[in-house]
Amino acid sequence: MGGRDRGMTTVLGGRLDGLTTVHVDDELDTHDRLVVVGNGMAGARLVEEVLERGGDSFRITVFGDEPHGNYNRIMLSPVLAGEEHEDDIVLNSHEWYADNGVTLRAGTRVERIDTAAKQVHADDGTVTPYDHLVLATGSYSFIPPMKGVRDDAGELLPGVYGFRTIDETRAMLDAVGRCRRAVVMGGGLLGLEAARALQGHGLQVELVHAAPYLMNVQLDPEAGAILKRSVESLGIAVHLDVFATEVLGGDRVTGVGLADGRQLEADLLVVAAGVRPNSDLAVRSGLEVQRGIVVDDQLRTEDPDVYAIGECAQHRGEVYGLVAPAWEHAKVLADVLTGADPDAEYHGSRTATKLKVAGVDVAVMGVNTPERDEDEFLVISEPRRGVHLSVVIRDDVLVGATLLGDTRKVAFLTQAFDRGAPLPEERIRLLVDLSDGAEEVGVAEMPADSQVCNCNGVSKGDICGAVAGGCGSVGEVMDRTRAGKGCGSCKSLVKQIVEWAADGELTEDPAASWYVPGIPLPKPELVRAIREHELRSVSAVFALLAPDGKDDAKSKMGLTSLLRMIWGAEYAQENDAKFINDRVHGNIQRDGTFSVVPQMKGGVTTPAQLRRIADVAEKYEVPMVKVTGGQRIDLLGVRKEDLPAMWADLGMPSGYAYGKSFRTVKTCVGSDFCRFGLDDSTQLGIDLETRFQGIESPAKIKMAVVGCPRNCAEAYVKDVGVVAVGNGRWEVYVGGAAGASVRKGDLLATVDSPEAVTTLAGRFLQYYRENANWLERTYDFVPRIGLETIRAVLLEDSEGIVADLDAGLQRSVDAYTDPWGQDGKQPATPGQFRPALPLIPLPKVPVR
Amino acid sequence: MSVTELTTSGPTTTAHVVGRVEEIPPGEGRTFVAGGTQVAVFRLRDGSLHATQAACPHAGGPLADGQTDVDVLVCPLHLYAYRWADGASTSGAPPIRLFPVREVDGDLVVEVQPVEV
Ligand SMILES: Cc1cc2nc3c(=O)[nH]c(=O)nc-3n(C[C@H](O)[C@H](O)[C@H](O)COP(=O)(O)OP(=O)(O)OC[C@H]3O[C@@H](n4cnc5c(N)ncnc54)[C@H](O)[C@@H]3O)c2cc1C
Repeated sequence: MGGRDRGMTTVLGGRLDGLTTVHVDDELDTHDRLVVVGNGMAGARLVEEVLERGGDSFRITVFGDEPHGNYNRIMLSPVLAGEEHEDDIVLNSHEWYADNGVTLRAGTRVERIDTAAKQVHADDGTVTPYDHLVLATGSYSFIPPMKGVRDDAGELLPGVYGFRTIDETRAMLDAVGRCRRAVVMGGGLLGLEAARALQGHGLQVELVHAAPYLMNVQLDPEAGAILKRSVESLGIAVHLDVFATEVLGGDRVTGVGLADGRQLEADLLVVAAGVRPNSDLAVRSGLEVQRGIVVDDQLRTEDPDVYAIGECAQHRGEVYGLVAPAWEHAKVLADVLTGADPDAEYHGSRTATKLKVAGVDVAVMGVNTPERDEDEFLVISEPRRGVHLSVVIRDDVLVGATLLGDTRKVAFLTQAFDRGAPLPEERIRLLVDLSDGAEEVGVAEMPADSQVCNCNGVSKGDICGAVAGGCGSVGEVMDRTRAGKGCGSCKSLVKQIVEWAADGELTEDPAASWYVPGIPLPKPELVRAIREHELRSVSAVFALLAPDGKDDAKSKMGLTSLLRMIWGAEYAQENDAKFINDRVHGNIQRDGTFSVVPQMKGGVTTPAQLRRIADVAEKYEVPMVKVTGGQRIDLLGVRKEDLPAMWADLGMPSGYAYGKSFRTVKTCVGSDFCRFGLDDSTQLGIDLETRFQGIESPAKIKMAVVGCPRNCAEAYVKDVGVVAVGNGRWEVYVGGAAGASVRKGDLLATVDSPEAVTTLAGRFLQYYRENANWLERTYDFVPRIGLETIRAVLLEDSEGIVADLDAGLQRSVDAYTDPWGQDGKQPATPGQFRPALPLIPLPKVPVR
Repeated sequence: MSVTELTTSGPTTTAHVVGRVEEIPPGEGRTFVAGGTQVAVFRLRDGSLHATQAACPHAGGPLADGQTDVDVLVCPLHLYAYRWADGASTSGAPPIRLFPVREVDGDLVVEVQPVEV
């Protein structure tokens, strides 16, 4: 664009030469004449809205001071930055006006309104009559008084630009090639955008701002300070709290003089020191003007046939500087003018803005600081990351929010702000996600190909396809696509997508509340029925409680676990009701072999144990020996038929690395050896593992005990995590996870002895066993029940069940037997350890 | 497993005694060899017998280690389910092969196509 002859300005959204619009003879046309002054964002939108409402009852004329069609002014920043071509920001071309029978008088300025005669006088000498007149003249860049800013003719000194129009933008783009140093006056939205754009063209940019912090209209001082760091990190120098008082240079700018005497060198100066409404036309025509042209709730000035909208209008004392209110004005006025809704009223805008300023995400709405004593004010400030978030809440309603550097929460906040939606009790959730946040993207916005179930490779599109293909419930979709049937961590997301895709057409999935799919009862009722009828085996449960007494393969494992929990040692064992892992007490591997993990309480072992493990590994030619994440040793690739003999040779109990059960307690070295250890975490870990060994649960349970908050054994992310905090005190966390989901556990309580830890952990474990759904991990269970409820039940005995919980757990503790010791000597069933795939050699886990 | 050729039923299948019914605990499955073909034989709790190919068509899982009910067999590796009625998968895997199986005086008799040599 550089070097374009400015005398022959290209018309943006221009039309082909020779095209004219033919009009019916004015005298014969009885349609009302609608005249719009200003062809900017508000004026053009008004015309569109009028046409949309069948506005062919009007003869419409639009005057525009700028010679162009209508373009998107807010896109001037990317145009200046070179990221957008000017042709792409045209909203309505000259052709569009012609096609819609609208007369566009582009390049013609309206000078005066004769409200008595109902005519407008333009700078080309023409006089145009109107029935209804709309002023949409917008604003102009305010040029503060500075010595030398204008030449003798009153024009801006060459090299000095405002930033409001496409012509100014073109002129700056034209100049950047010849310039080296730029000064931008004004640290608001426009100034920052200009600075960033110019810097992108290779200029050295300095920004001068009169207020003590950037974007002082929208931000509070702290946020402004953080924004300053972000801007400076882009390489833009920022001078705050100082006025530019002088523009240096004779025929063109060479620098800027500041009030404190400093002089900044510059060959380009952008003045972005605010805007002022274009209201002189209204003043000259005798309309009431204060800060802007004063209008009522129907956007009407004191003259009943003259209206004002957009940035030039002042409504209820408010003048807006954003496009959204201007568009709301246009809507209401179109309703009024066309009679679509003659009583339509505008009551002001709650402006919520989301912008990217100089590469930094900013969202602001409402007030940015508390104004009353009772106002709640929550601030999260992370200067190093350039993040500053705050909300102001009044009487339980969000009245303001400022998000700088991280606008992920803007959707919810905007809703809460606009509609007064209820706020979370924990206010901090307004600003950050306390859970894993995996589902943060709204399902509607997720692209169809984004993978939802990583285990089975199921995309959002696959799920929607299943719904479109007739699956009427979440369960059916999961069956059809297998989504959520791997690790299960995506289940809630799958559910959300199915609900979204079905759009209310979803049949309530009754099975969703059942403990297992084959018995139509939720867990509490199922437990009651099992107790009442003394059902001690899985087949007895099916016979009495399943529809038609039919058994169900996918329910058996969950029922086995439940019966063992309820009956302890009195449960009637049926091996076919167990998953293969529980039948042979090892974890089945991809090639049908098994893994053997001996118990190693608290991750503590001895040379003798290690020697025995080594001998066994060699004797049975174990393909891989691996240290596990649970602080034990895994012998992988063991043939089923070798299991009993290996167990006998090991002489160690099972580590339960295969079951939906308590698994292991990781520990750190604690106070015995560690110089930071506050307490004996190792011993407590061993004690916990001894007590809870082998206890089955709805899903696996992992624990850890650490001797100080350095958390070396990762207690914060365990189902139950215990942290020594000194003086004999221990924190007990529940509901943590570090698998497919990552979640920090919630602090259940701080207690003051290892015995108290054991009791509380056991109580929690039993509460979870009795109330969690099959395969529901604690990281879902704890948020579902709610930490407060769990605390009340376990710590204050709000339901009077603590004694029962303790007794229930004790029953399971007493029922413990080591499965390796038991089945190793005498198989539970014939052929329990017979190979299931003896002939075909399958790919083996590779030996490294 | 000793294989005794018993009768020929039709031109294409051969019946084999693969073992005794008591070798399969109720509700479970065990793998046998019938005329050189590996088969998984299941004895359900209702007394019915079923025989299938031994390895899961999805990823080679040992089907005899799976769990069962009156309608389906579930592979232990990735929980694909197959119907006894026709061997079809309920969740999109290729179907499994089924073999006729019956009990004769406590013997398990499975019919398979002779393995070509
Ligand atoms: C660079 C830049 C970036 C922006 N970014 C954003 C943003 O991200 N978000 C946001 O909400 N807002 C943004 N804004 C503000 C937004 O552009 C304005 O709020 C919006 O344009 C106001 O619309 P309007 O119609 O009232 O005024 P304008 O769009 O300014 O239109 C007024 C028109 O009237 C014409 N006119 C004036 N007087 C006369 C007359 N006497 N005769 C004939 N014609 C006349 C003018 O030439 C002009 O074309 C930005 C503005 C700029 C300049």
